[in-house]
Amino acid sequence: MEQVAVLEHFDVEQIRQDFPILTRTVNNRPLVYLDNGATTQKPRQVIDAIVEYYTQLNSNVHRGVHHLSQLATDAFEVTRRKLKPFINATHEHEIILTKGTTESINLVAACYGRAFVGAGDEVIISAMEHHSNIVPWQMCCEERGATLKVIPINEAGELDMDAYRSMLSDRTRMVAITYVSNALGTVNPVNEIIGLAHAAGAPVLLDAAQAVQHLTIDVQALDVDFLAFSGHKMYGPTGVGVLYGKEKWLDAMPPYQGGGEMIKEVTFEKTTYNELPFKYEAGTPNIEAGICLAHAIDYINAVGLDRIARYEHELLEYATQRLLAVPGLRMVGTAREKSSVLSFLLADAHPYDVGVILDKLGIAVRTGHHCTQPLMDYYGIPGTVRASIAMYNTKADIDALVAGVERSAAMLL
Amino acid sequence: MTINEIQDELIEDFSFFDDWMAKYEYIIQLGKELPLIDYRFKKDEYLIKGCQSKVWLHADHQDGKVAFTADSDAIITKGLVALMVKVLSGHTPNEIVESDLYFIDQIGLQEHLSPTRANGLLSMVKQMKLYAAALNAKV
Repeated sequence: MEQVAVLEHFDVEQIRQDFPILTRTVNNRPLVYLDNGATTQKPRQVIDAIVEYYTQLNSNVHRGVHHLSQLATDAFEVTRRKLKPFINATHEHEIILTKGTTESINLVAACYGRAFVGAGDEVIISAMEHHSNIVPWQMCCEERGATLKVIPINEAGELDMDAYRSMLSDRTRMVAITYVSNALGTVNPVNEIIGLAHAAGAPVLLDAAQAVQHLTIDVQALDVDFLAFSGHKMYGPTGVGVLYGKEKWLDAMPPYQGGGEMIKEVTFEKTTYNELPFKYEAGTPNIEAGICLAHAIDYINAVGLDRIARYEHELLEYATQRLLAVPGLRMVGTAREKSSVLSFLLADAHPYDVGVILDKLGIAVRTGHHCTQPLMDYYGIPGTVRASIAMYNTKADIDALVAGVERSAAMLL
Repeated sequence: MTINEIQDELIEDFSFFDDWMAKYEYIIQLGKELPLIDYRFKKDEYLIKGCQSKVWLHADHQDGKVAFTADSDAIITKGLVALMVKVLSGHTPNEIVESDLYFIDQIGLQEHLSPTRANGLLSMVKQMKLYAAALNAKV
């Protein structure tokens, strides 16, 4: 299959040519896609791989002795092999392929919870978590008789680290925190969070759904215990996600679901479980997505995450300055360390109204609470308008957004 | 005027707009002109549940006819609900239940009918017909 050549330098126009959808129009205007926090578009290399999968490889994995099944299995395992250096895991078998971030977090909350959380224990999350990193822990705590503790944030959208320090205790069984906030863009001080948790004897799960496509992650350097992210937010297919877990935890936890693939031997008296990673991969996975995620990783590697991060940071600064110059516009989330997200309100206009008008102009943004209702409650707002950027966005996209926001102001205010 | 006569009049009104902006400015204007809902009805029990903008809807029964009042915290949504009130208020419960709201499609607002549009027209229409059906059952 086609290999992606490493780019000489970051050339956004060249990158845009790899994303066919970016040439289409919406409402008779060129598409300006700024909803990358929800999902990213896919490069031709990933789209071609999906077609090739169904025209050349389609077969079930890890089962058959026949040729196609071998090819599909090999291709599926290539993704795991490529994920290992992508996040610098120690072992390939520490990489569990799931449906997405939500399933990855649910898996840990269920399995770790069953093994290690008991009555009177505590789980720590933060006020800026996505519902996917709140509800699984609420369910876990309810089931185990444990207490959920929430790290507060300041007005800028930064964690109150003093509060966090005082929450940690010998009853803390887990600290589950987002790396980058999907609603605010805050990049949390994960090194410090992990160091403090470990000093208190608690493992850490990082929700990296909004981080892995924007910054380089090294799970060994971080010493993080669990890391969860999604394929579709990193230029890959929908329906595949990743759970990285340290071998010691994955070995010690019970399986998630029972079924095919996760077993070694089944009798009606007793079943022995398969080894890692298959112990946590019951049932036929999303084979197509699993295989094609490798091509998204290749694509990101070819461009280079460092260069993506640098470019996106520049774009974020430009967008922040331009948006703040719009009269009546207020940014929600003004942390010192931010990535990729511009959440804002336009005077007293409802975010939904702004979203409808931007849509008419061919500009795709997200409006609403971004699955972070407790966070919106903290700010006392119904939601925000959120523009979120990816490597293929340009200053022209930002200019279009600003013009659209100004048009919205003229119509709504 | 019958429900269909009002719909036809709206279709004619909207045919004069040649771009989306004029159309939405008109909808926003309708939203601004919508009579205030009685504060007693701006409570959670009158809320049409959705995930983005809030819509409060109340139905009164006077002389065999239904009078709707509504409000929303988003102005475009409020304009859409104002359109619905314009079409359905002042008719009998039976006429409302039986009505075929073809104007939505014809004035180019069908995108708001999609069930994924939070608090789109679909949930408003459903709720208005439910109120009418409930009043019908009482009579």
